[in-house]
Amino acid sequence: MSCGCNDHIDPLIPQIAVVKSIRSDTNDVSTFRVEKPEGGKCFDFKPGQCAMVSVPPIGEAIFSITSSPTETEFMEFSIKRCGKVTEFLHNLEVDTEIGVRGPYGNNFPVNEELIGKDLLFIAGGIGLAPLRSVINYVMDNRKDYGKVDIVYGARTSGDLVHRNEIFANWPAGMNTNVHLTVDREEEGWEGNVGFVPNYVKDLKFDTNKVALVCGPPIMIKYVLLGLEELGFKKDQVYTTLELKMKCGIGKCGRCNIGDKYVCKDGPVFRCDEIQQLPDEY
Amino acid sequence: MKKITEEKLPELYSHISQNHDLFVPIDQDDSVNFSLWKDGANVNFDVLKTNTSPKKYIFPQCETFFNFKSEGKKLTIERIKSEEKPYVVFGVRPCDAKSFRLLDNVFLSEPMDRLYEEKRNRGIIVSMGCNEPEDTCFCNSFSILPNSIQEGVDVFTLKLGNKIFWEAISENGVELTNKLSDLLDDVTEGDLKEIEIAKSQVNEKVKELPFSNIDPNEINRDLNELFQSKIWDEISKSCIGCGSCTFVCPTCHCYDIQDYDGNKSGERYRCWDSCMYSEFTLMAHGNPRTTQKERFRQRFMHKLVYYPNNFDEYACVGCGRCVGKCPVNMNITKVIRKLGGENQ
Ligand SMILES: Cc1cc2nc3c(=O)[nH]c(=O)nc-3n(C[C@H](O)[C@H](O)[C@H](O)COP(=O)(O)OP(=O)(O)OC[C@H]3O[C@@H](n4cnc5c(N)ncnc54)[C@H](O)[C@@H]3O)c2cc1C
Ligand code: SF4
Ligand code: SF4
Ligand code: FES
Repeated sequence: MSCGCNDHIDPLIPQIAVVKSIRSDTNDVSTFRVEKPEGGKCFDFKPGQCAMVSVPPIGEAIFSITSSPTETEFMEFSIKRCGKVTEFLHNLEVDTEIGVRGPYGNNFPVNEELIGKDLLFIAGGIGLAPLRSVINYVMDNRKDYGKVDIVYGARTSGDLVHRNEIFANWPAGMNTNVHLTVDREEEGWEGNVGFVPNYVKDLKFDTNKVALVCGPPIMIKYVLLGLEELGFKKDQVYTTLELKMKCGIGKCGRCNIGDKYVCKDGPVFRCDEIQQLPDEY
Repeated sequence: MKKITEEKLPELYSHISQNHDLFVPIDQDDSVNFSLWKDGANVNFDVLKTNTSPKKYIFPQCETFFNFKSEGKKLTIERIKSEEKPYVVFGVRPCDAKSFRLLDNVFLSEPMDRLYEEKRNRGIIVSMGCNEPEDTCFCNSFSILPNSIQEGVDVFTLKLGNKIFWEAISENGVELTNKLSDLLDDVTEGDLKEIEIAKSQVNEKVKELPFSNIDPNEINRDLNELFQSKIWDEISKSCIGCGSCTFVCPTCHCYDIQDYDGNKSGERYRCWDSCMYSEFTLMAHGNPRTTQKERFRQRFMHKLVYYPNNFDEYACVGCGRCVGKCPVNMNITKVIRKLGGENQ
């Protein structure tokens, strides 16, 4: 939106968007499909980038765009209920208008470092949201990438999100394997049982690939250790960092780790870059 | 260069006020603060440190930036129309003038902050040099001389006795000066001599100030080493996290965004926030800065290491406001010293 003259975009003013559908994935995660009132995607973005979602008068919160940039008609967010804004979003009715601004942050290097490589995606819980954008982008440009492995886990099978993709679409993809795990034994569960970091080690991946890891901080920490044990080097592994955000554009001073602002210089970091940062995340 | 005598200043204020909002340091309720000039206002140029800094004119403590209305499923958002009237801030000290430029680095870099830009472009900065720096001043530690003309100021003034010297610096400054030409006199050879002497005197005076040996350039700026330094445990102990130092600081730029709920219609505003507060970084899954030590470290690492890494300048101008305001007598000079930023 403009400030009155056409070439001055004010980055803090959201554009109006419509929630076209809300799909309940789990007890506390739903996926929201959002488009412009006149139809179509609100703005272009790259896999891994985020957007600020506004629900006045409750406020704003930042979310990864979980749909792929190859999707031209809409954007999707998978949102976990955990506070004021997310609670409000979960109670919205379809066709309600909200505000959206973005895209913010950097992206996974899908057209640079990842091209031609075997890819290993590792996600825990809602951490699948940002990776899903990359995975679907890769699926839509399948010949540009090598073998794809997706390791995904949650506390229970009921906590797995994007079930259609993890159970049907992705396993059916060319040269693509999906490895699912849940924390504890469950009746009727045929996949693996155990925590994601252990499962990754059990799967004994060769190291001739790039790994992309997203999930709760504690899972990320142990997955990175596990990958290192398998022989992965730090510059072969990408992850995302999460800090409190308000402006999304590197000005409100809230999301820094050392001299980097996660909203602008992140959220995607290569692990050798993270190693340079002070330990405050 | 021009000049005007102190007695004629009210006339000058009145003249400027015809077309501008004029902000000057005004003595009111026992403190001197930049405020809107009105006839009869008690203007005070003797107190160097206004209670809060003039950054509030480019980055207000609280500003609404859009109104919204939700009716049924419909949402409308209307940006607040920006004020058009130009303003003049008269009496901005060199340290505060420098702070404007430091804020520019943050707000005017892409993507540009339009709220800030609009205010910045509407303003004319009439800076004023200092002859009697106070004991808490250490501008010199950041290479700011008390009578220097900082980049970005439109007019530079110097008050000697009952004379105020007036020098237009920028195009906007020349334009303003031309409008005031009836009130301004030419300077004499003697005046120039007087200015010269005053300048060299103040340059000597700053060398004698209590903080004059503070030198941030002496700090070894290895980010991780400083971050892990043991001094933070000890030096942060007394800090009660009140945030005063951040609110009076001319270079602090952290802000919060909130909605005001007027029952289906309301406004979104932003307001100053402080990295000294525990909720500043609180998230659903925890807080990366759990104790006051981490928050305290953030404030000073930002000013002395993080910001300089990004912009090649320190984010402190040595105005000394935080020195006077901290209830437990902690401040950036002590931190700089602890980090080794001291000339022997
Ligand atoms: C880069 C990035 C990407 C993200 N992507 C996603 C995503 O794809 N999906 C997703 O679901 N989330 C994502 N998040 C997280 C998301 O931004 C937060 O969940 C969201 O901001 C929560 O907003 P809220 O208003 O609902 O919560 P808030 O109301 O702000 O509360 C958040 C948490 O803080 C606690 N809290 C709030 N205020 C206080 C207080 N005063 N005292 C004590 N506790 C308090 C609440 O209990 C709650 O647990 C992402 C975050 C980042 C930084
Ligand atoms: S840190 Fe203190 S001395 Fe430095 S600019 Fe801020 S208020 Fe002034
Ligand atoms: S340093 Fe002093 S003024 Fe700043 S937050 Fe701590 S106690 Fe308050
Ligand atoms: S969210 Fe404001 S600086 Fe990153």
